[in-house]
Amino acid sequence: MGMTVVEKILARASGQRVVKAGNVVEPAVDLAMSHENAALVMNQFAEIYKDTGLETKIWDPSKIAIIFDHRVPAESSKTATNQKKIRDFVAKQGITKFHDIRADEGGICHQILPENGYVRPGGVIVGTDSHTTSHGALGAFSFGIGATEMAAVWALGRVLNVEVPGTIKVIVRGKLREGVLPKDIILHVIGKLTAEGANFKVIEFHGDGIASMTTSGRLTVCNMTVEAGATSGIVPADEETARYLREEAGVSDAAERVAPDPDAVYSQVLEVDAAALSPQIACPHTVDNVKPVGEVKDVRVQQIVIGSCTNGRLDDLQAAAKILKGRRVAKGVRMLVFPASWRIYKDAMRQGVLSDLVEAGAVVMNPGCGCCLGVHQGALGDGEVALSTTNRNFKGRMGNPNAEVYLCSPAVAAASALTGVITDPR
Amino acid sequence: MAKVVLVLGDDVSTDAIYPGRFMATVLPGETPQYCFADMTEFNTRLKAKKVPPESVIVAANNFGCGSSREQAASTLKGYEFIIVAKGFARIFLQNSANLGLRTIICPTIEAAEGDEIEIAAAEVVNMTSGARFAVVPLPKARQDIIDAGGLIAYARKKVLEEAGKKRS
Repeated sequence: MGMTVVEKILARASGQRVVKAGNVVEPAVDLAMSHENAALVMNQFAEIYKDTGLETKIWDPSKIAIIFDHRVPAESSKTATNQKKIRDFVAKQGITKFHDIRADEGGICHQILPENGYVRPGGVIVGTDSHTTSHGALGAFSFGIGATEMAAVWALGRVLNVEVPGTIKVIVRGKLREGVLPKDIILHVIGKLTAEGANFKVIEFHGDGIASMTTSGRLTVCNMTVEAGATSGIVPADEETARYLREEAGVSDAAERVAPDPDAVYSQVLEVDAAALSPQIACPHTVDNVKPVGEVKDVRVQQIVIGSCTNGRLDDLQAAAKILKGRRVAKGVRMLVFPASWRIYKDAMRQGVLSDLVEAGAVVMNPGCGCCLGVHQGALGDGEVALSTTNRNFKGRMGNPNAEVYLCSPAVAAASALTGVITDPR
Repeated sequence: MAKVVLVLGDDVSTDAIYPGRFMATVLPGETPQYCFADMTEFNTRLKAKKVPPESVIVAANNFGCGSSREQAASTLKGYEFIIVAKGFARIFLQNSANLGLRTIICPTIEAAEGDEIEIAAAEVVNMTSGARFAVVPLPKARQDIIDAGGLIAYARKKVLEEAGKKRS
């Protein structure tokens, strides 16, 4: 019986010839990522070593990545103090993949990892963030874990007691029409699978609609697989992955490509006709409450958000600027833009994308996650409605349980910024 | 016997259990104050210690969906809740096992606030209604961690074993 991509990756990482869904393995970790919650990981790491008489030393500091992105610059003395403790820990442990609040290295973790070449196809990546699923876009098996689980990884270099997940195959056929973006594909898939339809499973993406998609689009797609409950999403590495690694991530060695066996076993197969797809909206308060934009009528919005780990890359900002250039954000609407990294921020600045957005009335923020999860900047008022390119619309998500969040692509967000109501960009 | 103090529906997110705006607070000793912070009345009762330990929260499918934030498990563990749900989201279920928060997978559970329930290995009995509901055992990978007393103890044992191997 053949293996899926993730079964092959887990077999190798756990030193076995064959594994299949349901087996329990302890895979070696190639990269372990944390953000500000490294403060909790540090606490649990120290707990593991308590009274052992052993030195609290990370198994391999070169395989740890720590990126400050959730509350940057610090919104409170508590965060600032935790960030300071993490900096001290990074120095003491000799962690090299550390990205501080600086415009020459910083950004959102799920952009920093791929753009710095930390993500390699075929690798095992864990992160103390549920959207660690993103890195499956480059053919790695990459999934979110809790802080205590990460502390065990720091100590041992492997993830304890991982059940090999089953795999759902999603085949995307055809070419997206003008004004329809990769975000619309993944919103559509989540609507079909539901918020728990892929719980304990991996979603493996195939088809010409994926083959022709850039790595940026694949990052958007894999980022949101967790919203269907998936352990991760994965796009088997291909020509485009090799191109991205070479041209955008500065990786010179050849990318290894792990492909599924022809007789791999899938728990479910879902086909998506990309050419028939229209822009999609996830309505409050669950991400699987997805409707075509045409069915979401007369929804007035007060805040537009473009950016985040989901849709803050250069092509996302370009798509928004193309619609907004020379025009103005509607009266009564505020628009916030969060580029996914400082590299993207500076590329967008040099290309004039940021000035197009700012001239239209948008406020360009520093790269960060805070607005998406309601911890820092961009909170909503009582009764307000936001339309956002981020990944979650749970009640209270953007800092206020008495507000509503709709999710969409950058094109829908930009078109709606001009009108003040949710609008089809086509 | 334990009392059901809260009944919730599908897709209770980690944002509902522990809102993102309190994420700067990370330590297990400090997170309980923000448990279900947006359910103001329930949160007030918790903080006033009006909900005894080993009270039960009953929920439907996909409890704990969303973020990997471990605060969602530690905040509930702080009150020694037992969560009986039709289903749990993966990361939350793992975090619960790691921290020793009791989770019971019970796909057909039906209970109302105030009901008394009895939890055994194979079934949950609603003593108020008389109905019995089968329990799905936790996957062995998680049960091993629970049996060790949580992931800290489990990992400590592994760390000591490996240090021993290196020495010998």
